[in-house]
Amino acid sequence: MEVSMQANKAKNNSVHQYKFALYLGIAGLVMMFAALSSAYMVRQGAGNWLEFRLPNMFYVSTVVILLSSVSLRYCLTSFKNGKKTAYISSLLITCVLGVAFLFTQYAGWMEMYNSGIDLKGNPAGSFVYVLTFLHAFHVLGGIAVLGVALYHCLTLSFKVSKQRILRLELTSIYWHFVDILWIYLLLFFILQR
Amino acid sequence: MNTEVKNYDTQAEQIIETQGYDDHFHDHHHGDKYQSGFFGKYIFSLDHKIIGRQFLITGMIWAIIGAAMSVIFRLQLGFPEADLEWLKPILGKWIIVDNGIGSLSQEFYYALVTMHGTIIVFFVLTAGLSGTFSNLLIPLQIGARDMASPLMNMLSYWFFFLASMVMLFSLFLSTGPFAGGWVAYPPLSALPQASTGSGAGMTLWLISLVLFVVSTLLGGVNYITTVLNLRTKGMSLWRMPLTIWAFFVTAVIGLLSFPVLVAGFLLLMFDRSLGTSFYLSEIFIGGQALDHVGGSPILYQHLFWFLGHPEVYIIILPAMGIVSEVLSVNSRKPIFGYRAMVYSILAIAFLSFIVWAHHMFMAGVNPFLSSIFTIFTLIIAVPSAVKVFNWITTIYKGNFRFNPASLFAIGFVSMFISGGLTGIFLGNSVLDIQLHDTYFVVAHFHIVMGVAAFFGMFSGIYHWFPKMYGRFMNETLGRIHFWGTIIGAYVVFWPMHYLGLFGVPRRYYSFDQFDTFRDFGDINQFITIGAILTFFVQILFVINFFYSIWNGRKMKSKNPYKANTLEWTTPIETGHGNWPGKIPTVTRWPYDYGKDGEDYIPQVIPLKEGEEEH
Repeated sequence: MEVSMQANKAKNNSVHQYKFALYLGIAGLVMMFAALSSAYMVRQGAGNWLEFRLPNMFYVSTVVILLSSVSLRYCLTSFKNGKKTAYISSLLITCVLGVAFLFTQYAGWMEMYNSGIDLKGNPAGSFVYVLTFLHAFHVLGGIAVLGVALYHCLTLSFKVSKQRILRLELTSIYWHFVDILWIYLLLFFILQR
Repeated sequence: MNTEVKNYDTQAEQIIETQGYDDHFHDHHHGDKYQSGFFGKYIFSLDHKIIGRQFLITGMIWAIIGAAMSVIFRLQLGFPEADLEWLKPILGKWIIVDNGIGSLSQEFYYALVTMHGTIIVFFVLTAGLSGTFSNLLIPLQIGARDMASPLMNMLSYWFFFLASMVMLFSLFLSTGPFAGGWVAYPPLSALPQASTGSGAGMTLWLISLVLFVVSTLLGGVNYITTVLNLRTKGMSLWRMPLTIWAFFVTAVIGLLSFPVLVAGFLLLMFDRSLGTSFYLSEIFIGGQALDHVGGSPILYQHLFWFLGHPEVYIIILPAMGIVSEVLSVNSRKPIFGYRAMVYSILAIAFLSFIVWAHHMFMAGVNPFLSSIFTIFTLIIAVPSAVKVFNWITTIYKGNFRFNPASLFAIGFVSMFISGGLTGIFLGNSVLDIQLHDTYFVVAHFHIVMGVAAFFGMFSGIYHWFPKMYGRFMNETLGRIHFWGTIIGAYVVFWPMHYLGLFGVPRRYYSFDQFDTFRDFGDINQFITIGAILTFFVQILFVINFFYSIWNGRKMKSKNPYKANTLEWTTPIETGHGNWPGKIPTVTRWPYDYGKDGEDYIPQVIPLKEGEEEH
């Protein structure tokens, strides 16, 4: 039904409308993180800024989320090529890695807290907490979306249709976004200390 | 004029049937399933036309509440000695009765000012204006069956509704709603103990606004996608009506600026609830020093105004688009400088992102930085002046039809000029030393983005009312409404310039204690009387609106204004999917009025042989 509302398909815009809408949503989220990053830099420029080492767990979680992206990429190509087992197993792995990322993030926060960097302390630490909380919150949304994909994968019969490819593509666009966002945050924290 | 009678509207119907695009929309019935039943049709509707009306009526209810609040605090300002005990049934304990004389509580005065701003800026002029007309007009004018995602569209309204409910609930808290100004600067907003409204009132304010931002983003993403993906065949970007250009750019601005506001709110929430110090530093409350060290309230102001300034264009651009369309249709002339209009919309949108610090000239911003922001602010005058010039040139020597819609459109231009000129004063960081936080500022922004945006909204309501309800609003009442409103608005806001030039500060409860400002009691009385009268004229509009929905003059032809845009090719009772058969295709721009001696040529009429596009 949704597709039939388009008067001249692919005439105006080669990107599917849902994908396009998702890109717009991502643009909004980028603005939110850009705003917090610039707030971070403005506050840092004002002095009284604590320098500290990022918890090692953050590097572990980087590896975890990168692997999850790779496996989701593999999942999508397997689905398109009709490889059922590879599709199901890689989707499962992606979900497990997604949840694992949250655990490693939690371990990272605990590591920070135990080294004396408190949320309530110097804004340098508060900013890292807030930005990583907000990112984790978006990862949580991503896990929910992956959960829906997994539910479809396990309950619906295996059929490579246009609509199912689109759904999986939308899921993976968002998941890759939260992955890239994490890489950005990590580099930002390393470079802007 | 051409003597040969050409009925372009019947012709348009045939052309759509023969040359329209067949998307087989009505072949399968599942497209209509959500139209069945009362709840599906009127409550959780997925139809953009119903959702537009939901936004409009919710916005109108908020407008009445917001305006009534202003009348109450105007009573305090104009007649500080008056007995307000008669308001006790409504305001309860906020009217303090002493020796038989009731007066407005000081805390509640601030709450009223704050809520008035929040409600009008966000709920009425953002959701009520752009929400209403983007929803109603985007699919109709670009030739689409509905929005890109009707579900997201419905959620957009219901998030707005939820935001409304939370805000409404906060009005009834025993500690009162938030009272620290609509901009919610810390520390008043960051410390629950800072004032009575800073506790639960502020919490609800924050929740409400975050829900509101969700609503705006869901709507905005949809508007942008619809405009870029669902235009009918032949509807190139340069053939879109200016209304669509305005709604489109408005949505882009909202998408890029509202998330920044959420970022600012997020840090505020952490400061409020989790003890961080993003915005707080070295504060004493009740003689007690707080733990917060190292924060900066200026940081919040940067984040807030990065949305806050684009927000005023989110408010005014849809009004500008509506006015362009209404003026062109009613002067029977093409809009003057169509491309210049589009480029000026884009220029305004771009500049809106790099001028935010002009709201902070007196907040301790580096003077060198201020001069840059002054320059960019003043440059906004250029695209604004281009637009004003084009509107005036559009109506110049036009065969002008005076009706409530076109009168309000002219009123918009008048207000936009009056308010825009004072913007040039305020944009200067040096003049701002004298003028900041005075009634000059109040006069400026009320005229240029408050009243002007309302005029654009009224113009749009009167113009598209037949499309919404199949009936016309009463024209005589409409004219009374117009004259009452434009005279009233100038009576209220013009004198405020003088108050401001004398330095009378805004947001003060009373001026009794200040020798300097005591002389202005008469002007304040005058303004208050004007405000009360203007308020009652608006009641007239509300009565007219609801009376006309059921009893107005019926719309007999599809295209009562002889307009070119696609919404007038839809049936009078526009059903789901907008066009009963095929979708119209387009070969010309929407402003072919008075071309080659023809009064109007709708967009669906193909170019004649040898005819050049405008």
